[in-house]
Amino acid sequence: MLRYLTRRLGQAVLVVAGVVILTFVIMRLVPGDPAVAYAGPRASPAELAAARARFGLDDSLPVQLWSYVRDLLGGDWGTSLHTRRPVRDDLFQAFPASLELVGAALVVAIVVGIPLGIAAARYKGKLPDLSIRISSMLAVSVPVFWLALALQTLFASGLGWFPVAGEYDANLDTTSPLHVYTNITAVDALFTGNWPILLSTLAHLVLPALVIAAYPAGVIAQMTRAALIEESSRDHARLERALGFGETAVLTRFALRPALNPVLSLIALVFAYSIVNGFLVEAVFNWPGLGRYAADSIRSLDTPSIAGVTLLVAILYVVANLAVDLVQGVIDPRVRSR
Amino acid sequence: MTVSGPAGAPTLQPQLRRTALRGLAGMDRLATVGAVLLALIVLAALLAPLIAPYPDDGGSATHPLEALLPPSGAHWFGTDQVGRDVLSRVLYGARTSLLIAVAVLVIAGVVGVVLGVVAGYAGGWVRDVIMRVTDVFLAFPALLLSLALAVVLQPSVTTVIVAIAVTWWPWYARLTASVAASVSTRGFVDSARCLGVPAPVIVFRHVLPNSLTPVLVQLSLDGGGVILTAAALSYLGLGAHEPTSEWGLMVQQGQSLFTTDWWVVTCPGVAILITAFAFNVLGEGLRARLAR
Repeated sequence: MLRYLTRRLGQAVLVVAGVVILTFVIMRLVPGDPAVAYAGPRASPAELAAARARFGLDDSLPVQLWSYVRDLLGGDWGTSLHTRRPVRDDLFQAFPASLELVGAALVVAIVVGIPLGIAAARYKGKLPDLSIRISSMLAVSVPVFWLALALQTLFASGLGWFPVAGEYDANLDTTSPLHVYTNITAVDALFTGNWPILLSTLAHLVLPALVIAAYPAGVIAQMTRAALIEESSRDHARLERALGFGETAVLTRFALRPALNPVLSLIALVFAYSIVNGFLVEAVFNWPGLGRYAADSIRSLDTPSIAGVTLLVAILYVVANLAVDLVQGVIDPRVRSR
Repeated sequence: MTVSGPAGAPTLQPQLRRTALRGLAGMDRLATVGAVLLALIVLAALLAPLIAPYPDDGGSATHPLEALLPPSGAHWFGTDQVGRDVLSRVLYGARTSLLIAVAVLVIAGVVGVVLGVVAGYAGGWVRDVIMRVTDVFLAFPALLLSLALAVVLQPSVTTVIVAIAVTWWPWYARLTASVAASVSTRGFVDSARCLGVPAPVIVFRHVLPNSLTPVLVQLSLDGGGVILTAAALSYLGLGAHEPTSEWGLMVQQGQSLFTTDWWVVTCPGVAILITAFAFNVLGEGLRARLAR
């Protein structure tokens, strides 16, 4: 196990190093001079030169890469050109909001996707199976930005059931100000007993979380169905049937646990995907997360911020992958020798 | 078994044909629906100039006096902000989307298969290096890396193709490498090596053709994902621009009109949904058939 652990960790470190280099290369390709973007169009040549020196743009590329890596390791992720704050602080503020949104979406996706997968496997080839397969395929095929617009138009602007945009009603900041600890508004509100903000946040969460949940719910239902069908065709399922267990009991009491293993690793993998998919949804619902920050950064060609967002999400993905592999290595010794 | 029909004609042939047709789609009705849908979409894209009611509206034509007309006999899907027929633009949009999908899958497929087959055959450090590089690319969710690239390059259809292809090839490299590695241990590869066949010939004439099937299935499964990613990039303003008919762009341009003129946004959105659905259902059926 220790050997597997060190090998897997070593791989992850290598990948993160590659991710840093790739991010650096992409950002060096950016058109336009970051120094001009920072100093402003009316800057004097002296101010420009100062900005260039400040960002180390006069050095050779390897030197720039080295200082970039050194700064990253030292916790300096650069300064955002559009907020003029350290990128790390910006990310620290925006990421919890995205986490809140994607977390809520994944809860919905699991609660909806797994039972649907079980139902489809139970009625394989029958009408419930067909309708669940079609709806899960539709869920993974729908363009998120369009679904976001459609639900917003229908249930927020049209019927007025839910708020149109934002994370919570800004007026509440004056009537019942929130004490910030984790930056995840719902959690902070819950633990400080700030019910007005908690309720407002939950109401604001419903639509965007549902939109983001569509894709993971679809793949989770498909994966659960496939894994259950495979598991229930194994020998142990035949034995259970011979012992007189009904089909539902075979599926839920015996096949479900081994079938959930691939589903769990799938959930970890769709997490990073959902964060990025959430970018589009955040843009529509004006959610103050990474997506809106990324959109603002893209609009102002803010290289350090874009690099920061890209790096953060890629590292999250590597960590999620690593966590899945390690957990599976613990559960299933065969994985370790692979 | 040749059973004779009432008129004495053998009925075997239609039966055979039916079996072949069902086999094509993996004996799955849903996959057949996907195949038919996709065929219709490809036809619509190819014939767009002929079947679009207002072919000029697929491009830069404007009719300000006919702006935002609701769906009617003259304009089945209504008209957009500058009076163009939405149906015509949706039909032309199919061309853009399919072009992007095909271009991305061809580029990513070729790059991925070549690197994968080399990695799989060579093994050792060559395989390690190529696989670590694919790991790095795979660490970026496709939309994220395309987003970063699309910012760097100028917004255009070409940019979308390049940006997505760069994020897509590692999947094929990884898949091909694992298949090619097992093909390379087979007897005929050993024989070729003993006969002194040069390595490039072994790799591309003998290993490559025998490692292709899983990748081809994966390619058909990925068409939907490429189309969704391309539409998302265009929606963010990083892809196609006016006057190109592109579904994601149409949604972006019409989004403020959703409450008042729903058809401008609904029609291109549903077009993306149906196309991605057709690809996904067909690919799923093919994969299920291959697994059997």
